[in-house]
Amino acid sequence: MAEAFKFELVSPARLVLSEVVDQVVVPGAEGYFTVLKGHAPFMSTIRPGVLQVTSQSGKVAKIFVAGGFADVSPAGLTVLAEQAIAAEELSAEVIAKQVADAEAGVASAKSDEAKRVAQEKLDHVKEAIAEISATGDDR
Amino acid sequence: MASLKEMRNRIGSVKATQKITKALQMVAAAKLRRSQDAAQNARPYAERMASVIANLAAGVSGEGAPRLLVGTGSEQRHLIVVATSDRGLAGGFNSSIVRAARERIGRLINEGKDVRILTVGRKARDQLKRYDRSVAAFEAGGNPSLAVAEEVAAKIRELFDAGDVDVVTLFFSKFQSVVIQTPTGVQLIPAEVKTAAKPIDLKGAVYEYEPDEETILEELLPRNITTQLFSAMLENQAGFYAAQMTAMDNATRNAGDMISALTLQYNRSRQAQITKELIEIISGAEAL
Repeated sequence: MAEAFKFELVSPARLVLSEVVDQVVVPGAEGYFTVLKGHAPFMSTIRPGVLQVTSQSGKVAKIFVAGGFADVSPAGLTVLAEQAIAAEELSAEVIAKQVADAEAGVASAKSDEAKRVAQEKLDHVKEAIAEISATGDDR
Repeated sequence: MASLKEMRNRIGSVKATQKITKALQMVAAAKLRRSQDAAQNARPYAERMASVIANLAAGVSGEGAPRLLVGTGSEQRHLIVVATSDRGLAGGFNSSIVRAARERIGRLINEGKDVRILTVGRKARDQLKRYDRSVAAFEAGGNPSLAVAEEVAAKIRELFDAGDVDVVTLFFSKFQSVVIQTPTGVQLIPAEVKTAAKPIDLKGAVYEYEPDEETILEELLPRNITTQLFSAMLENQAGFYAAQMTAMDNATRNAGDMISALTLQYNRSRQAQITKELIEIISGAEAL
């Protein structure tokens, strides 16, 4: 069994989660990374994706996050998410809104660069949703 | 001396007013609890963000530093963002925010700076109209929403990126307790780095960044503006209901005092009237 560390997930509206966990998989801007106890100090932006939190009992919780930051320090891991929605609370409505928002971002992008960034975001959102709904069936 | 009927009407109208202020007070009390929770729930995010920025800012300086952090190098053009509520009936709540903003505006104008004003909330817009320096006015809306904060932040960044402003300061009311709300000014651009945030002991390790410090800061700083606006709106909302509750409580009590004073006066004149009529009848009978 892995050693536990402190994990905090905060969104602008509230402190979503604050507990001691075994392992967290974070959708970093340049790829997924896993944080275990004793991880080197590290900071990364995150893209829309799925956080996988393994609690001390070994249960895995999936949480959809819509971009933000992850900060790994000796004190633990802090994720500042623009939005955080637990997989169970992710209804069809919420999903549709996320996709619609991302699509609106693509449509309103002015420069090619902005368009590319927005398109990437849309892809990430779709990917994350596909992942969550895929695991939703076998639960 | 008012007639008895007039006095009765007067008492009736004060009673009606008292009912309204009483109802408003209870509504404010109910909403206060919710908005207080909302303001408190939003604090961790703002605090974490401030400490992350403080961490990053310590490592970034010089040429590559983002302008949102170090400023444009000039302090000539100021943008004052004033956040109040949309509604009144909350005692001096809105006026005290506006007064704090006015003091700053007056001082900056005296120093010969260019001052522009951006308001969030109808009360700020109305009370600062006479300066005629408004660049944009937003409405606070019912409950503070991140969407409004984002809209305002986008406007501020647009002004900053266009080079129209150098320094941006936000005025709002900090909710300290139900009885104390302090009007506060916070500098948004260049970002105020809280030195109070304790540096984390890294035990000799070196922070790694992905992608790199500048890129992260460039994403973080705009978001920080949104966050600060959002938390200012939440604090305002909580403060507003607290102030409204207090103001309406006072109003209800004043109405109560007024009713008892009027009722006393009414009864006196009614008795005087009765006595007068009795004397008339008795003296009429005696004359026979």
